[in-house]
Amino acid sequence: MGAFIIRRVFYAIIMLFVVSFVSFVIISLPAGDFLDQKIAELEARGDRSASQRVDDYRERYGLDQPLLTQYWLWISNFVQGDFGLSFEYDRPVRELIGQRLTLSILLSLTTLTFTWAIAIPLGVYSAVNQYSLGDQIITTIAFIGIGIPGFLLALIVLYVAIVILNQDVVGLFSQQFKDAPWSLAKVWDLMKHLWVPALIGAVTGTAGTIRIMRGNLLDTFGQAFIESARARGLKQRTVVWRHAVRMAITPLIIILGTEAFPGILAGNILVEVVLGLPTIGPLYIQALTTQDMYMAGTVLVLIVFLLLVGNLVTDLVLAWIDPRVRLE
Amino acid sequence: MTKETRDPLVTVKNLHVDFDVRDGIVHAVDGASFNIYRGQTLGIIGESGCGKSITAKAIMNMIPKQGKVTGEITFYEKSEEGSGEIINEIRLDQTDPDGEVIRKIRGGHIAMIFQEPMSSMTPVYTAGFHIIEAVHLHRFMSAEKIGGQMGKNIQKKRPVTEAEAREIAIEMLRRVGIPNAEKRVDSYPHELSGGQRQRVMIAIALSTYPDLLIADEPTTALDVSIEAQILDLMRELQETQDMAIMFITHNLGVIAEIADEIVVMYMGKEVERSDTIAIFENPKHPYTKALLGSIPEIGEKKDKLETIEGMVPSPFNLPSGCVFHPRCPSFMPGKCDCVYPEYAEVADGHWARCLLYDGCWPETTEAQAVKNQAVAAD
Ligand SMILES: Nc1ncnc2c1ncn2[C@@H]1O[C@H](COP(=O)(O)OP(=O)(O)OP(=O)(O)O)[C@@H](O)[C@H]1O
Ligand code: SF4
Ligand SMILES: [Mg+2]
Repeated sequence: MGAFIIRRVFYAIIMLFVVSFVSFVIISLPAGDFLDQKIAELEARGDRSASQRVDDYRERYGLDQPLLTQYWLWISNFVQGDFGLSFEYDRPVRELIGQRLTLSILLSLTTLTFTWAIAIPLGVYSAVNQYSLGDQIITTIAFIGIGIPGFLLALIVLYVAIVILNQDVVGLFSQQFKDAPWSLAKVWDLMKHLWVPALIGAVTGTAGTIRIMRGNLLDTFGQAFIESARARGLKQRTVVWRHAVRMAITPLIIILGTEAFPGILAGNILVEVVLGLPTIGPLYIQALTTQDMYMAGTVLVLIVFLLLVGNLVTDLVLAWIDPRVRLE
Repeated sequence: MTKETRDPLVTVKNLHVDFDVRDGIVHAVDGASFNIYRGQTLGIIGESGCGKSITAKAIMNMIPKQGKVTGEITFYEKSEEGSGEIINEIRLDQTDPDGEVIRKIRGGHIAMIFQEPMSSMTPVYTAGFHIIEAVHLHRFMSAEKIGGQMGKNIQKKRPVTEAEAREIAIEMLRRVGIPNAEKRVDSYPHELSGGQRQRVMIAIALSTYPDLLIADEPTTALDVSIEAQILDLMRELQETQDMAIMFITHNLGVIAEIADEIVVMYMGKEVERSDTIAIFENPKHPYTKALLGSIPEIGEKKDKLETIEGMVPSPFNLPSGCVFHPRCPSFMPGKCDCVYPEYAEVADGHWARCLLYDGCWPETTEAQAVKNQAVAAD
């Protein structure tokens, strides 16, 4: 097991290097870099010191040197915790991401909790009462949920909330708390905002999860061990939860690892953009469009990092819940 | 025990199980009547698809929702204290399939082991977990005696503790011949061989001291040598536990070894029933005779009784008259394809469904006309 983890971590590191390099190359591909534009812009405004500052960056990050050197400079700083500078904001990437990371994690955890709390019981109900009226209704709603994109739902919610209900649902904080230091009141204010994007995320995520849960459970019900569990005289409820759901939950754990972890940063970016959330998603989109290379590169590497961590965690959890899984 | 004094444990009367499927109605069980007596072994034999498993599941009241069950299945519950008189006659077919009554019987009074030893245990739980689960449901310890009245002991019962349940699990594994039981109790199904898994299934079933063990082809998936071991084990445990067995198989060699009485089924119908010796020495139904002609040699393993000529007809397109007539070596044209034989006692305690025997001819005028016409033509 120890050897397994070490080997996996080793592969993960190699993977991260490859991904960081490829993304770095792709991001710097378009002709002309961000700084050229910035200088042109600043000089047009007659800002000399800015031009000087930009030259400093250029030297520090080796922007006039070959791509490989640039990459090397960036990545060697990266592993020391210096992710580079956001040219757009003129501040360290680390600082910008750090501010938003807590909110991103909070949002994705809330979304996930909502999703599972809704999807697992509904999926189980749907499977146990296959073809019943309840199952039909759940299935229909689930398909609608799969069909509606999250951002559209977000737009609808915005419209209803602002135009009809006259409620403030944009962002994660009310105006007066936006830049205020953390306090109980601010946390409460956050809670009041957080459920909107979390629920939107849950509605779109729930649908698929219900279908997966239902399908797996129906497959499991056909297995011989379910019949023998019933023949032992167990209650239907015990058979379903202790024997069937326990076996059918595995694919959800896999999804949890492969989607939820990277989803912390890149889960529902469009929804976050529409609702104007101070999370990492919108920052990332903006960085991509403005060629804010260190910002974009950093987020991309972090997403891949989370994906790899998620895979490792999935394997460990699977080995823990299913004795047949061998870690080799 | 003589036939007259045998204690009925489960009686099945005129059992029908129909499945309404897209292509029509399947009569999976079409009129089965037999008794299972305490301490005895009833063998059920027939080709694949003839309704053996469905009959067993009907007794457990575990027929899938789509299936329609008619007939009477009665379980005679005996008092556990004192004289052991019948205290309850429970109509199993009328119990709520998820209700408390049938759940107490399932696993407690009637245990069942299935055809697929490889997948009958939940893969994420240990052998011990399964036994302990059954023990907690059905076994109680007698606590201190609180008094005796009119010759009966009145005893308090208490649930089995966790430690006791584990002890029982290890003891059961030892009894079914699992080596190193203290260790094996914590083994997961995938760590056990097929034979060991079936032993564990037997251990689970027997851990609650059931009155009846339904064994649905318990050895079909196993090697011949393992099969012999499992059969020995079941016989041995049956003696020590005074338990009846309903043994389902399509292997006559196996059933000859274990059964006291045999029911032969063909296409959902009971075609012959008698004690084992009479079935083997003096079979009445041509289908049984054909089966006997195809007993596998010792050491030979067959999955199907393929030596009987012809195919099992489609359940949606049943042959007229006797359903066995297209394959029957004794087929009587003009009779067997016109008249559906009744089930009748053709010799002492020996039942059959075949027009070779006068008793099986229905009393209806049409049937009698066919019979007489044929006699006149002879
Ligand atoms: N859920 C179901 N829906 C429809 N038909 C069914 C269902 N279960 C069983 N049947 C039908 O009932 C008939 C009897 O099935 P059963 O399982 O009792 O056969 P069997 O004698 O046990 O055969 P085998 O030796 O293959 O186990 C078969 O024709 C089968 O197709
Ligand atoms: S009734 Fe006729 S066809 Fe059917 S088993 Fe008897 S002899 Fe054969
Ligand atoms: Mg069967």
